[in-house]
Amino acid sequence: MAQMILAPWAPWASGILLGLMVPALYVLVGRRFGLSSSLRHIGAMCMPNAKPEYLRLHNWKDHSWNLVFVVGLLIGSFVGVTYLTTTPLEVLPPAAATAGGLLRLAFGGILVGFGTRYAGGCTSGHTITGIASLNPPSVVATVAFFAGGLLSTWGLTFLIF
Amino acid sequence: MTDLGQQPTDAPPIARWQYGVTLVLGFVFGLVLYKSEVIRWERINNMFLFEEAHMYIVIAVAIAVAMPSMWLIRRSGQRTVTGEQIQITNPPFQKGIIYGGLTFGMGWAITAACPGPIYAQIASGELPALATLAGAVGGMYVYAKLKPHLPH
Repeated sequence: MAQMILAPWAPWASGILLGLMVPALYVLVGRRFGLSSSLRHIGAMCMPNAKPEYLRLHNWKDHSWNLVFVVGLLIGSFVGVTYLTTTPLEVLPPAAATAGGLLRLAFGGILVGFGTRYAGGCTSGHTITGIASLNPPSVVATVAFFAGGLLSTWGLTFLIF
Repeated sequence: MTDLGQQPTDAPPIARWQYGVTLVLGFVFGLVLYKSEVIRWERINNMFLFEEAHMYIVIAVAIAVAMPSMWLIRRSGQRTVTGEQIQITNPPFQKGIIYGGLTFGMGWAITAACPGPIYAQIASGELPALATLAGAVGGMYVYAKLKPHLPH
């Protein structure tokens, strides 16, 4: 058992746990599983006087559960790397820690933040929750996510590590 | 304009203990993100290169588990543990689904991070991912700023 937990988790087992997040959050907390809105909550929290209405008129306290979820996520990942693994993962390639790498990450991060907010969701909100709820726009969003990813990976190779 | 991807304003209140549950669920989520290696750059790159099935299996199984759960919740009129009605609200179609979706996908392939994994990467000790987070908050701000002028 301990050996099973310390080894990398099988993709199917991980998928089951991720999928269960959707009904668990709905039934136990009454909320919809999704992570990208946390960026907006963080923005509204840190910049209460920001000019854009999108932040100024956003009451992040109504969504504090989402930030609590993020705190749990941080602890979970930390516990995973610290106590529940034998050989820590190489999460990012070594080149990420170079100036060029940090620039790529920051640029990619801008695309992630802008894109997920414009699309109204990300892999969790659209691809998992949205498709599971048979929401057609979420299927379109997921196709767009993959198309964008293929575009970067195959077409903009200078941006890829 | 509708507030995209937001909880309805009459969403049921959350009791204090439910925040504890939320913390635990977040913990499990973060742990799975790390242990399943989906926060790993190589995994995302291999997904877009069609070189391994790992990410496809994780995502497909997650949907395969969530979909019947949602069907059951709808079908049975399941309520929350506190007896409130479960409000299933999904983001509506608007042009940002396509334009924003493409933009996010491009960033996903570069950083190997969707919003959840950004946090998990940082907490796993991968400090360069702080640059991703800074970018993501910046990108969110760009959207906030441009929102009135963007096609929706």
